Amino acid sequence: MSNSIIRQSYVIPADDFSLAGEASSCVKKMLNQLGVPPQTVKKVAIAMYEAEINAVIHAGGGTADVEIGGGKIIVTISDEGPGIPDLELAMQEGYSTAPDSIREMGFGAGMGLPNIKRYADKLDIKTEVGKGTIVEITVFL
Amino acid sequence: MKVSEIIGILDAELLTGEENLDMDIEHACGSDLMSDVMAFVKENVVLLTGLVNPQVVRTAEMMDIKVIVFVRGKVPDEKLVQFAKEKGITILITKHPMFIACGKLYCAGITGRGVWD
Repeated sequence: MSNSIIRQSYVIPADDFSLAGEASSCVKKMLNQLGVPPQTVKKVAIAMYEAEINAVIHAGGGTADVEIGGGKIIVTISDEGPGIPDLELAMQEGYSTAPDSIREMGFGAGMGLPNIKRYADKLDIKTEVGKGTIVEITVFL
Repeated sequence: MKVSEIIGILDAELLTGEENLDMDIEHACGSDLMSDVMAFVKENVVLLTGLVNPQVVRTAEMMDIKVIVFVRGKVPDEKLVQFAKEKGITILITKHPMFIACGKLYCAGITGRGVWD
């Protein structure tokens, strides 16, 4: 890989759960094409996918910005949703505020944020009630 | 164990993904919760699930899972099968319920588990 930094942005569409994951899929493909090691690609793909699903479930979509270079991959998922009132609680495995309709789709088991933490090398979440949430996932190359 | 052997053990039907029939499977994950699947890190995995929607295929894609078995007679629609085909993921369907399907594979030697930290 060259030393230049690659930047890509994606829109995460609202209210279409069947489309959720499209941005993560594109990023996974791109990382594979760039020759990033498979284990690293998997870490980024899973963490980003969970964050993307969260944005669809809780915030009516958002944006995903990906930056590759300087020895790391940074994925930033931003939304203008309701924000997270108690982040510590939200980070606990099993805690979820997702509606039943989402549980029926196989998500909303309170594993999203813990999974993101599990696969990210560094995780930074900025959230404000009524304003939105920014999830920054860093995976080192 | 090869994917073709799994088809025999589960009396399964192949809907797409003939190209993976010779692939070796060492580990299995049975779950209807996709986030639980994503907490599971292993290679050469077969995913057994009773959940039938596009996010199952999406989850498999992210996890590099190449084989999905839909249990208890659930049949995915053509759109899902096409989606899996595009991703190079094999779709199998079996009439066995989850417990029996997992048990049959376990008895046949797929005893590998995932890693929970």
